[in-house]
Amino acid sequence: MQIKSLAELDKIKQEASVKVMVRQHRNSEETNKNILVCGGTGCLASDSDKVIKNLGAILKAKGLSEQVQVIRTGCFGFCEQGPIIKIEPDNVFYVRVKPKDAKEIIEQHIINGNRVERLLYKDPQTQEKVHTQEEMAFYKKQLRVALRNCGLINPEDISEYIALGGYQALGKALTQMSADEVVDTVKKSGLRGRGGGGFPTGLKWEITRKQQDKEKFIICNADEGDPGAFMDRSILEGDPHSVIEAMAIGAYAIGADKGIVYIRAEYPLAIERLTKALEQARELGLLGKGIFGTDFNFDITLKYGAGAFVCGEETALINSCEGKRGEPNYKPPYPAEEGYWGHPTCVNNVETFANIPVIMTKGAEWFASMGTEKSKGTKVFALAGKINNVGLVEVPMGITLREIIFDIGGGIPHGKKFKAVQTGGPSGGVITEKNLDTPIDYDGLLKIGTMMGSGGMIVMDEDDNMVNIAKFYLEFTMDEACGRCAPGRIGTKRLFEMLHKIASGEATMDDLDALKQLAYMVKDSSLCGLCQTAPNPVVSTMKHFWNEYLDLVKDVDHPRGEGKYVPKNKIGMKS
Amino acid sequence: MTKPQEIDVMEPAERKPPKEKFDQLEAYIESLETTKGALIEILHKAQNIFGYLPRDVQLFVARKLGIPGAEVYGVVSFYSYFTTKPGGLHTVSVCMGTACFVRGADKVIEKFKEKLGIESNETTKDGLFTLKDVRCIGACGLAPVVMVDDKVFGRVKVEDVDDIIEMYRSNKEEQYAD
Repeated sequence: MQIKSLAELDKIKQEASVKVMVRQHRNSEETNKNILVCGGTGCLASDSDKVIKNLGAILKAKGLSEQVQVIRTGCFGFCEQGPIIKIEPDNVFYVRVKPKDAKEIIEQHIINGNRVERLLYKDPQTQEKVHTQEEMAFYKKQLRVALRNCGLINPEDISEYIALGGYQALGKALTQMSADEVVDTVKKSGLRGRGGGGFPTGLKWEITRKQQDKEKFIICNADEGDPGAFMDRSILEGDPHSVIEAMAIGAYAIGADKGIVYIRAEYPLAIERLTKALEQARELGLLGKGIFGTDFNFDITLKYGAGAFVCGEETALINSCEGKRGEPNYKPPYPAEEGYWGHPTCVNNVETFANIPVIMTKGAEWFASMGTEKSKGTKVFALAGKINNVGLVEVPMGITLREIIFDIGGGIPHGKKFKAVQTGGPSGGVITEKNLDTPIDYDGLLKIGTMMGSGGMIVMDEDDNMVNIAKFYLEFTMDEACGRCAPGRIGTKRLFEMLHKIASGEATMDDLDALKQLAYMVKDSSLCGLCQTAPNPVVSTMKHFWNEYLDLVKDVDHPRGEGKYVPKNKIGMKS
Repeated sequence: MTKPQEIDVMEPAERKPPKEKFDQLEAYIESLETTKGALIEILHKAQNIFGYLPRDVQLFVARKLGIPGAEVYGVVSFYSYFTTKPGGLHTVSVCMGTACFVRGADKVIEKFKEKLGIESNETTKDGLFTLKDVRCIGACGLAPVVMVDDKVFGRVKVEDVDDIIEMYRSNKEEQYAD
């Protein structure tokens, strides 16, 4: 069947909403139950597939298959505790469920109505069992906008997405709004690119819209290469339709009729779910010709990345889409002016797109009411490293790092002391204890010497050596630098070699000087963002943990304490 | 990316991939609407079919698309997903994402190197294991993570390395048996 109007979409919504009603209304009278099992990559790795299989088999044996549905959803975010199971409408949240627990869950919970206490989450601070998701410290301060459907719907069933209001935004945009109004709404919402740069999304759409060219493209950047960030993957795995819907809205706004999702080949599950979602959207006429009975045509194709961090940079990404080496170009011209095969092209990140449908339905003012003055809305962070609650967290902009790490993240495991947190991945820097109370937004992070980046947040404790961390990041960027410009190709290699020399205790004070000097040189002279930001981990660890560098230098019997050593070069650290 | 990759200058006759595989690749290329900009897709397909991208395959693709072999090699050597060396029976991928690194993935990979007697991106002499250090797998909750083929091992300790290798070594006999 093909949907040709908002009314027809509404009809499907009504029919499908029966399926998900149990999950939305906490009606304990309801006899039907839904067992939601996390099917994200993290949980699948700890056997959540077998849990689903066992649950299904036992339900069948007990003759309960009709009343109880087992649904494989996207990521719940609380990866540390996977596999996760949620039972609705009882609103009970079980953690670290093993395949053999399936029997007890069904016999105790589903049949007898008793909670399985041993599978409930135990708060590490209070040592008490927590009964519902909302009571968990991990979820309390979160605000889920981009992740609104992850862990709630079955990503392989388009009707569940429609039941929760999916494709309403597209219908509204196509039938009731002009393209300019769509651009205006996104502009007013204050949404900025979630891929890292933080460029205003509405402005990017407007620039692309203004170009005089018959052919234009919209590209979704799903080449998540930041080691330690996995929000894009979770959105694609858990809620692929929100990205498809947003791309269609964007295409309408800028005047494109072709879209591309550039996705990492290393994400097979995301590719599989996205492919299924595209097919279902085409079947319903939500992609293709004459969408919603208008004269708007749009379809999306997939292009696979092949393992190159630099391809997250938009000009490199476009080169890679064209089948070339993923080397960045000099900007301007920006892709919005001259992109894919020379045509105006708008490149947005997965998380940016995930925000679009909800902005269109709830309005720009609603979105702009969250966050800080210059950074609106929420941001998803991948919290990992030495922290109790590893997982994906979505919080309003302006929350402090302390709240994320200690309230949501549950602090540092094994009673160790917090040392630093790296944000922004290899392009970012470390934040220490003294800056933990800085509100997080694009500009706030830049001010304290790091950046938002794609949202990776790696926590380190007292055992981590910061020279080693800097060396680790430099090894990464050295490997991933595309080789096109000399500062990127040679500079990052020399930086790595110097760090290696320091880490192995062979370096002198002169090497530290040279390291600083080269760090600034590479920063200032590289062609693209990747290598311009590559020295950031060095600069920032030197600034905050100068002592750890000094400790490794062999010819200086230095007095402990920051600032005792005066560098010979003028290009010293600004502290 | 900056590391030069080795490419076999001479391909011994017995290691030449079978003709059926070339036919399969040819059929795929001809099924495409256009080959404009499709080089990376074709190489993905080729690596699927052959398991790796030896010189002959690269030249075959170049001829089919009417582009210089150097251009194909330029793309193959640029992307870390493409490999010009055949892999072992099992691929051991140690995640070197930051989350895994701070939780000790560097020690885990060292142990694998020591136990298997190879560096990363090399294959053991018996052809059983290929060791790889990979970028983030995205299962940071289970850090450090090791993936053998498609199976993910989470929270791996240095002491576990022996067991993991042994698990696949003993499998080898079974596979040879049938």
